Amino acid sequence: MSAGTRTGIAFRRHLEETLLPPLVALVVAMVVGDMLILSYGQSPSTVYRLLIDGTWGNAYGFGQVIYKATTLTCTGLAFALAARAGLFNVGAEGQLAMGGFAAALAGLALPVGTPMFVAAPICAIAAMIAGGATAAVPGVLRAKFGASEVIVTIMLNFVVLALLNYTITAHLHVPETLHTPEMHAGTVERLSDSFASFHGSAANWTLVAAIFAALGVWYFLFRSKGGYELRAVGLQPDAAEYGGVSVSGVMIRAMVWSGAIAGLGGINFVLGYKGYYEEGFAAGSGFLGIAVALVGRNHPIGILFAALLFATLSQGGLAVNALVPKQLVDILQAVVILAVATAVPEVQRELRAAAASVARTTAGVNASNAKAQS
Amino acid sequence: MSNYQKGSPDDAEAVPPNVESQFSVVPPRQRVGVATDDSSSAAWAVRMLNVTKSFGSIHANMGASLEVRVGEIHALVGENGAGKSTLMRVLAGLYAPDAGTVEVLGRDVSGWKTTDAIAAGVGMVHQHFMLVPTLTVAENVVLGMEPMSGLTLDKGKALADVRALSARTGLAVDAERRVSDLSVGEAQRVEILKALYRGARVLILDEPTAVLSPPETRELWQVLRTLRDAGNTVILITHKLDEVIEISSAITVMRTGRTVARLNTHATTPRDIARAMVGRDVSLALDMIPGVRITSEHEAPMPPEPTGPAALRIDGLTVSTDRNTLAVNKLSFAIAPGEVFGIAGVEGNGQTELLEALAGLRRARSGKILLENVDITQHNVRDRADAGLSHIPEDRHRRGLVLDYSIADNLILGRQHRFTSATGLDHHKIASEARNQIQAFDIRPPEPQVPARALSGGNQQKIVIAREMGRPFRVLLAAQPTRGVDVGAIEFIHAQLRKARDAGKAILLVSADLAEVLALSDRIAVMYGGQFACVLPAADCDAERLGPYMTGANG
Repeated sequence: MSAGTRTGIAFRRHLEETLLPPLVALVVAMVVGDMLILSYGQSPSTVYRLLIDGTWGNAYGFGQVIYKATTLTCTGLAFALAARAGLFNVGAEGQLAMGGFAAALAGLALPVGTPMFVAAPICAIAAMIAGGATAAVPGVLRAKFGASEVIVTIMLNFVVLALLNYTITAHLHVPETLHTPEMHAGTVERLSDSFASFHGSAANWTLVAAIFAALGVWYFLFRSKGGYELRAVGLQPDAAEYGGVSVSGVMIRAMVWSGAIAGLGGINFVLGYKGYYEEGFAAGSGFLGIAVALVGRNHPIGILFAALLFATLSQGGLAVNALVPKQLVDILQAVVILAVATAVPEVQRELRAAAASVARTTAGVNASNAKAQS
Repeated sequence: MSNYQKGSPDDAEAVPPNVESQFSVVPPRQRVGVATDDSSSAAWAVRMLNVTKSFGSIHANMGASLEVRVGEIHALVGENGAGKSTLMRVLAGLYAPDAGTVEVLGRDVSGWKTTDAIAAGVGMVHQHFMLVPTLTVAENVVLGMEPMSGLTLDKGKALADVRALSARTGLAVDAERRVSDLSVGEAQRVEILKALYRGARVLILDEPTAVLSPPETRELWQVLRTLRDAGNTVILITHKLDEVIEISSAITVMRTGRTVARLNTHATTPRDIARAMVGRDVSLALDMIPGVRITSEHEAPMPPEPTGPAALRIDGLTVSTDRNTLAVNKLSFAIAPGEVFGIAGVEGNGQTELLEALAGLRRARSGKILLENVDITQHNVRDRADAGLSHIPEDRHRRGLVLDYSIADNLILGRQHRFTSATGLDHHKIASEARNQIQAFDIRPPEPQVPARALSGGNQQKIVIAREMGRPFRVLLAAQPTRGVDVGAIEFIHAQLRKARDAGKAILLVSADLAEVLALSDRIAVMYGGQFACVLPAADCDAERLGPYMTGANG
């Protein structure tokens, strides 16, 4: 067997092991979905067609999917980056809100008429700094005092959201609303400004930031020294320490960047959609990011696809609402998560067993060939 | 040795027909792996025939066989990755075999479960203890089979049961102490008690002496003999040939998943066993066996005490444990270039903390560390490595390797900053480093992208050795460099260490294996209670002389 084919086989197996589990999970979710739809006396094919038509079937629906996927990509990446360092950042919800708020503030502070290409990056950076600062708290507490980042991030969500609500209602809100005044500068054009068929959808050019974030995280994790060290800390902190890596330093940096990327997700709503910060603007997107990272297997490219999947389901829920309750789609999301979490090891084991039997057969053939030659 | 009959273990029909000891009756000439027509199958405690077990593409057992008589101590030996542990896990019901038959005490039990195995009297003592540290000895022993009074644990009965069992078997351990307060040897006794409490009559011990001091090992042998005399059967997985000779009455040798020889202990020699394990003659393995020191051209005359500039100088070093007690107490020594300084001693006397302090993984409370007259006491790990310090850590699974990283990625661990280009990690440089090191250190499989986890213990250790010794260095800290690796890899690693010494490197060798320290060192210190109980030229040392220092008797 030449080295080339061996690499080829290894690559194919790697691909199978990476892609098959989420696909199987999707099939499982669809089967469960079938049963639920049938229990409502509807035809699964009709409902699924409606779901597809309402999302990928027309430009508006597709735009909405892209809009929702933009935020989910950021929160998914945020969770994955921390997870690769062995940390469980459940605080994307709060970091996202902080990011959105900071972006809105930055937009308010800028003089009217600042060009978009100057203002939008400033707002994005403000979002990242705010999200990063929020996540730095659990990062430092974990690295320096061993406080569980799970608990701290969860509790900090409540603190952050309450603090933001207070700040806005007490000082910043536009009367009779729950949102801040319109930004002076920094808003980003919607896709519909360039492509009329997207008309009505909130999809906007901040999606470029999300895609660049995914590529950046990928490059960092798998092509840089920092990523090498971060993954080592996540896999085996003692070995990383032995390898000259400052484990506590990596933990803090991982949390800060994780929070920064979650915060970046806030610009989608604030810069791209409304032009102001509104209470509860992205409720649930932080937590759904965990599911996105799980289904995307903590891999940036996987997360892009997983974000599209979850965005499709959530937008599709609205589309099928006439036939079945929207909550059915929530159940499907839950089934996808459960299936990935549980079925994945099963699928991988099956794949390995199959590969083993192939290897056995080839080994047997090789052995008998060898015997025949000697 | 001369009155040992020589077997020829390469041959499957290795067992001399007429040698029978009082403890074991080795079956007459038979091909291993083929069922015998022996009708008295009741005399077999364990019969495993043609067992096959694969994990993915890794074939752990390929037609392995094991036959153990009732009431014998049977040694199962073989290199790392030979499939010993897998075979025993099949026997203990942890794995179902892909093919083959398993009989225990005359019953066909192929493919049974752990609970069946326990019920039938098979008990396994794992290499890594599975005890609840916060519970007492008695609570651990009865865990899962607790005597109840009503809905609560009957503590009195549990205590009485465990004490009775302890007295009956000679496994002395205080039933009321917490497991977290026990020494390693005591914890192991608790594991054995646990198995016996569950009615084990066939006891499997997976490398039981890897963690024990020589006196603890002797006590373990006594316990095993008592158990054997009471009619129990013991299967011992081990690498250590001196143990095999001392304690077992029959030996099964495995290599690459197959049973390659079945030997009668009284009719064989360490050399024969080693040859069967490796499949060829092994010279270096022999100096691992006490009393069999061989001389080679490597055994250069003893270098004099360091007079010139020391490569490594430790001055009044004091180091704390994690619990802030004193681990290393004002230790001073120096190692010359071209010298192997061996530290022997029972584990837990400060060796681990000393090495961590030297490597920069633990802060020194006071004292100085000088590497070629450069004070590195305040240097971090990376700066020490850059200053010429290499470190083979004592636990490759915890520290030495990132098991899920590929061989190539592991080969740069600690030097990742030297494998970067302007845009990040330099993958061409990493790949060429991997190719060179894999070839130079014969790492198998020779595929840079295979994760380290998939390698055998010996090949994993070769990654560490390649990384630490395959680059320029001046001082090498070698902690347990051959722990848990096979005979072939031991030979290779020892040769590397000698080569480095001959090239003028200073080596600090710490090993729980006294034979290894004796075989490699130029000077030997025995560490006891955080200090050196003695420092002697290796020529003046043997196990007898060092033993008392190790137990603190001379301290």
